[in-house]
Amino acid sequence: MPQIVRWYLRTALIMFVLALVAGVLQALGTPGLTPVYFHLLMVGWVTQFIMGVALWMLPKYTQAQPRGSDRLSWVGYGLLNAGLLLRAAAEPANALAPGGAWGWALVLSALLQWLAGALFVFNAWRRVKEK
Amino acid sequence: MPRLSVIAVRLSLLHLLTGFTFGALLLAHKGVPFAPWAWRLLPGHMDVLLFGFVIQLAMGIGYWILPRYPGADAPRGRAWPVWAAVALINAGVLLALAVGWFNLTAGLLAARALEGAAAALFAAHAWGRVRPLVPGKPKSS
Repeated sequence: MPQIVRWYLRTALIMFVLALVAGVLQALGTPGLTPVYFHLLMVGWVTQFIMGVALWMLPKYTQAQPRGSDRLSWVGYGLLNAGLLLRAAAEPANALAPGGAWGWALVLSALLQWLAGALFVFNAWRRVKEK
Repeated sequence: MPRLSVIAVRLSLLHLLTGFTFGALLLAHKGVPFAPWAWRLLPGHMDVLLFGFVIQLAMGIGYWILPRYPGADAPRGRAWPVWAAVALINAGVLLALAVGWFNLTAGLLAARALEGAAAALFAAHAWGRVRPLVPGKPKSS
């Protein structure tokens, strides 16, 4: 299993655990955590795991670059996780004191995650082909 | 990868990009309110990502990867139920988008029915392909 795939899958597993921790805190009444819990689960765990397996299993792009651009995949990995972790910090803070710096942090989080998704789609699209 | 899988997986990638776009708009608006209409995207955001991306991707990859019937003319079984499932799930997601955007509550039942029909068709197709490998027969590739 290529190193980049291992990073995606292991990070997804970590996000799975973090999501469940957020779920427990949310159940204990911590404000602003419901969307954090849900997105750590669905984006951090499910989507990132899918991305990792797709990176591994989709048809080869070329012999020289079987997974397409690994550089784009690494950048996407960084953007996705930075965006998610920023959201995890900013969303409860913004819920307590709306507006200000935490509000802009959510905007940045949105942009980072969107870029990560776009990079994955671009890299994966080229590998989805008939033989 | 068979053509059906190529189409389903590419559609799922388009749904991923669309769902992430809706989500980014919603999250950004949450932080710095600039688009009150963004909340109308929330039902579509969920349907696009759950049904359009995750489930459709699973269908496309499943059709490709599941064990094939040995020695058959159609090693993956009949394709039309899966074609129909792909069409229905996309129709259901588009309808769910319209329900959210135009607040058409009555359309939600129809959207769920389309998605449910897609699930039933795919399940009927895939059931027979979920089986142990036959000893001595070549593995499916």
